[in-house]
Amino acid sequence: MTLDARIVRTLGPFRLDIDLTATSGETVAVLGPNGSGKTTLFRCLAGLLPIDGGRIELDGEPLDDPAADVFVRPEHRPVAVVFQDYLLFPNLTALENVAFGLRARGIDKADARSSAASWLQRVGLADHAHHRPRTLSGGQAQRVALARALATEPRLLLLDEPLAALDAGTRGDVRRDLRRHLATFDGVRLLVTHDPVDAYALADRVVILERGEVVQTGTLADIAAHPRSRYVADLIGANLLTGTGSNGTITTSSGGRIVPAKPVDGPTFAVIQPHSIALYSTPPGGSPRNVWPSTVIDVDRQTERVRVRLDGDVPLVAEITPAALDALALKPGDRIWASVKATDIATYPA
Amino acid sequence: MSVAAPEHPAAVRRRRVGQERLPLPALLLAGLAIAFFALPFVGLLWKTPWGNAWSILTSDSALTALRLSLWCALWATLAAVVFGVPLAWLLARVSFPGRGLVRALCILSMVLPPVVAGVALFYSLGRRGLLGQYLDRWFGFTLPFTTVGVVVAQTFVAMPFLVITVEAAFRQLDTRFEDAARTLGASRWYVFRRVTLPAIRPGLIAGAVLAWARALGEFGATITFAGNFPGRTQTMPLAIYLTNEIDPDEAIVLSLVLIAVSFGVLVALRERFLGGGRPPAA
Repeated sequence: MTLDARIVRTLGPFRLDIDLTATSGETVAVLGPNGSGKTTLFRCLAGLLPIDGGRIELDGEPLDDPAADVFVRPEHRPVAVVFQDYLLFPNLTALENVAFGLRARGIDKADARSSAASWLQRVGLADHAHHRPRTLSGGQAQRVALARALATEPRLLLLDEPLAALDAGTRGDVRRDLRRHLATFDGVRLLVTHDPVDAYALADRVVILERGEVVQTGTLADIAAHPRSRYVADLIGANLLTGTGSNGTITTSSGGRIVPAKPVDGPTFAVIQPHSIALYSTPPGGSPRNVWPSTVIDVDRQTERVRVRLDGDVPLVAEITPAALDALALKPGDRIWASVKATDIATYPA
Repeated sequence: MSVAAPEHPAAVRRRRVGQERLPLPALLLAGLAIAFFALPFVGLLWKTPWGNAWSILTSDSALTALRLSLWCALWATLAAVVFGVPLAWLLARVSFPGRGLVRALCILSMVLPPVVAGVALFYSLGRRGLLGQYLDRWFGFTLPFTTVGVVVAQTFVAMPFLVITVEAAFRQLDTRFEDAARTLGASRWYVFRRVTLPAIRPGLIAGAVLAWARALGEFGATITFAGNFPGRTQTMPLAIYLTNEIDPDEAIVLSLVLIAVSFGVLVALRERFLGGGRPPAA
């Protein structure tokens, strides 16, 4: 089974324009900041929002194709959704919630209920069948929502921020359960999240969405190794610099000069890990090739380490030890020198 | 406006104990308002001829008027629900040019003097009316001075109460629940029945009760449009108005019955549906 989608949708000033494919047995996470178009994408796939252009296809069967005047309504799509904060119907019991989709399809009450009961058992909530949603914990509500979605035997399962409604204490357990339950579903699994931890724990492949466009796709490890946007760099806590390489030097748009170990040509990304940056209160001796005069903007002292934000031709975040901070006696506004070894600068074409 | 000097801290602390207290003038005004509402009923009870109240109450004319009132108000409420819920849905959910004007038109009869409503109905649905003449010519059917005319007059003035209440309920509804139902395979009608309707139920009941109460008390539009024929169009308010001229004792007893019925319904529904009792959770 395959989801093959090219989605173009304009909502006021916002425009979503992406290509997305996913196959059965893999979990794809769409990861992006708020306002990146995750919800729009999600609503388009579920059929709650028609697309303006492109084509959504599941197993070769078109679900939405404006050019061919095809639009399959949400109730007729083999797509099930686990919504953020789950949206269990408050007037129905857990069992009736799970049976809802089957009843809506005209399956008689007794069959729908027995099927719903077996789904509740599968997610470990058989003894909560007659509870109302408001008496369920966040994790239980999520499992009911998952059972409700899976009971309709969809071919595409969409999960919208499946863990965002939970408090930090229970999130770990629920995440582990969710991963286990997802593994038993053999259709296409697509989850939308702003939390890289959820993406890392649940997904085989990550699609980074920013301002309505896919900026990067791959495993989270690949993406972390080669971030292609500030959003991703910030997620993994690295410095991402862009510039143009020539004659062994990368020149950034702000005029900074970076010397990597290997010469590069053309538009280039350079990634510098914060802990590989050394700070000096006087110009360092020897022959480090990358030394940048900088101004301290702020100092964020955490328990084991200190993050120092620097401004200059090459704006950076450096990570030093509390002992080094005490030795340097840094405070905002100080003029210092930041240095990094050429071998600690990772480069790849932009 | 002068600013009062801050009170002594001890005095402030003492006031915190127990319930919140209104300033004395406000308390006095609120008390007067309660008295203002209660006094007429006390006056009525004071004048009630308790000796022959039962015989008046069980007289044919009283029972006939009461029965007609209850039936007509019930039918008017049903009509208000059947037409008013889709109307409220349209006003709440569908954005169209002139929606504000349509809404104003649909609730106009709520603020109109009922007599005006009756006159307007007469010239539109009466035997010579804009639409009424065709009803008469083609179907031999006339509304004025019939029981159906009473129901029409009551529906006209009562439906807005249902419409504004149900529209507010539709607006407060989280439409994502309906989305969730759609993705589970529910048709629009199924979603409406199983998700939307249960969610707006409190608003629907409150609106229906308000409409029913308004229909039960309807006088001006009814007497103008449907006349005052015992057994056919003479509802309780009309009977009370008429007998007050002839036999005040009977008018008092009939009034008490109407008060008892209305008050009973309001008290029974107050906490659950009319916003009384505990404040809603945030």
